[in-house]
Amino acid sequence: MSESPVHGSGGPGRSPTAAVLGVALVVVSVVGVLNQAVGESSALHVPTYVVTLLGKYACYALLAVALDLVWGYLGILSLGHGAFFALGGYAMGMHLMREIGPRGVYGHPVLPDFMVFLDWKTLPWYWHGFDSFAFALVMVVLVPAALAFVFGWLAFRSRVTGVYLSIMTQALTYALMLAFFRNEMGFGGNNGLTDFKDVLGLDLQSDATRVGLFVCSTMALAAGYLLARGIVRSRLGRVVTAIRDGEGRVRSLGYRPERYKLFVFTVSAAMAGVAGALYVPQVGIINPGEFAPLSSIELVVWVAVGGRGTLHGAALGAVLVNYAKTWLTGTYPEVWLFALGAMFVVVTLVLPRGIVGLAATTRAAWARRVTGASRAPGEVVP
Amino acid sequence: MSLVGPEVHTPTLLYLDGVSVSFDGFKAIDGLSLVVDETELRCVIGPNGAGKTTMMDIITGRTRPDTGRVEYADGVDLTRCDESEIANLGIGRKFQKPTVFEHHTVDDNLELALAGRRSVAASLRFALGPEDRDRIDELLATVNLRGLRHRLAGTLSHGQKQWLEIGMLLAQRPRLLLVDEPVAGMTAQETERTAELLVGLATDHAVVVVEHDMEFVRSIARKVTVLHQGRVLAEGPMSVIQDDPLVNAVYLGE
Ligand SMILES: Nc1ncnc2c1ncn2[C@@H]1O[C@H](COP(=O)(O)OP(=O)(O)O)[C@@H](O)[C@H]1O
Ligand SMILES: [Mg+2]
Repeated sequence: MSESPVHGSGGPGRSPTAAVLGVALVVVSVVGVLNQAVGESSALHVPTYVVTLLGKYACYALLAVALDLVWGYLGILSLGHGAFFALGGYAMGMHLMREIGPRGVYGHPVLPDFMVFLDWKTLPWYWHGFDSFAFALVMVVLVPAALAFVFGWLAFRSRVTGVYLSIMTQALTYALMLAFFRNEMGFGGNNGLTDFKDVLGLDLQSDATRVGLFVCSTMALAAGYLLARGIVRSRLGRVVTAIRDGEGRVRSLGYRPERYKLFVFTVSAAMAGVAGALYVPQVGIINPGEFAPLSSIELVVWVAVGGRGTLHGAALGAVLVNYAKTWLTGTYPEVWLFALGAMFVVVTLVLPRGIVGLAATTRAAWARRVTGASRAPGEVVP
Repeated sequence: MSLVGPEVHTPTLLYLDGVSVSFDGFKAIDGLSLVVDETELRCVIGPNGAGKTTMMDIITGRTRPDTGRVEYADGVDLTRCDESEIANLGIGRKFQKPTVFEHHTVDDNLELALAGRRSVAASLRFALGPEDRDRIDELLATVNLRGLRHRLAGTLSHGQKQWLEIGMLLAQRPRLLLVDEPVAGMTAQETERTAELLVGLATDHAVVVVEHDMEFVRSIARKVTVLHQGRVLAEGPMSVIQDDPLVNAVYLGE
């Protein structure tokens, strides 16, 4: 991506790579220092639970950017993107389970506790390899990407679009949820994977590890954002938005829209997988609830609230909505679902371009007022 | 001027043979046969619903005929190709309803249409080269949109969109141009320019123009094919067609 051409509708691109990475580094350093170096008695001290919360938000933001790539630019309303997030999370969770080794409650040298509990004698074949961190990382990307590729290949080739495609994505995540609930699947059933101890030999409960995970999440968000931006600013991005606006016309120019869709959908799924993988060690658990259709719908609301088709709006929406959720579920837990619904209705009806769109409109209106006010009284407006 | 002598024969580029297609039992195209030479300007006229647009849909692979053959260049059977393959064989189309990418700039619309580089990998690596820029400049001049190159295509007037779409058609460097009602919504001056452009193109391309505007057809037509109820009613030079009683009955007299 280093030489991704920046040209066209975006106008002359001021290389944003340095800026985005710079902002990410500043955030990371400030939070890190305020947690690690500033004493707990100080008013400036950032407690570790806040660091972890921020790390979670970064993962959500990365997931939202991934969805925006598909929804905002490709025009596919995926109601199942949570599935790719969850698969990345499970891949990481499997590694963390293997990391526990003989320190489990049952003390089995290889088998995770839930397998011993189910009276299994050997490790299922698909759990092999996950003792290696590197292998797990590959799977974090590969499993969601492969699923997206196969799903997309079938769906796009048969030219399924619109609501039908959305329903299929929703069905996909629902089916996975039901499958992962089953004990026989070998992913811990409805309890999922939990009780992780450490990653790369670092204690997951320690403040330093938590800061480290937060740093990784923020950097992954920056990298994911830059990757997505590189894609949408390239010519491929222009083809993709052309497909969104008129797939038949793109085809009549000699392109194969299904291949473009497949590429973007797969990249997006891989990004979602990375987000899930970073999320799991921070929250300490992954269970089939992550596949719940509602999670994927919430994700759509984040992107809609922030402003779809802008990437940074999606990230902003994820952080804001999740902040509201953290606050509401702490204070008035019964209100949250209503608030979520209300947000979606409000955004759909009055803020079709989300917060980012509102900000742009306000700026433009303000600029007009300023220029209007500076005009001499009685002057004729052309 | 009119001393062409015996008909100059250039090789055939497109050959439709006994093509039929029905929609829910309604025969939109009914045993249609048509021969288009490598360099010619063919006008296709006919009342609304005659099947002119459907004929173009069949040539470009949008609609599969129920029966018949569509042969292109050296024996390629277009009924076996899909839309993108057909486009890449050098068949370009301007749609009846102008279809440009409204959220893209005029420049970007032309750039998307530039010949070649259709794969995902090529698009990802693509950077506009100097010859591409020259080509786009040239196209902008041809279709008279230079001053509007950075405008979003959705903000253009109907006639300008028509022009942009013609520019996109040329950008593809096709051998066969299928042009569906190009002058709808154009001013008299724009119409005249379009006529010049199409006549010029026909010296080294095959151009098939569907048009309702009889004045326009008279101004460009060498050979006219009249479609009626999905079949060829008459074919020949405009002067002959004009006086054909059958044609007058179904169409011109309207
Ligand atoms: N996809 C379609 N489905 C059903 N009927 C169609 C379809 N396309 C065209 N038709 C019908 O076929 C006939 C020919 O249409 P068309 O080719 O658009 O005519 P023209 O371009 O000559 O005005 C019309 O009666 C039209 O309603
Ligand atoms: Mg028509």
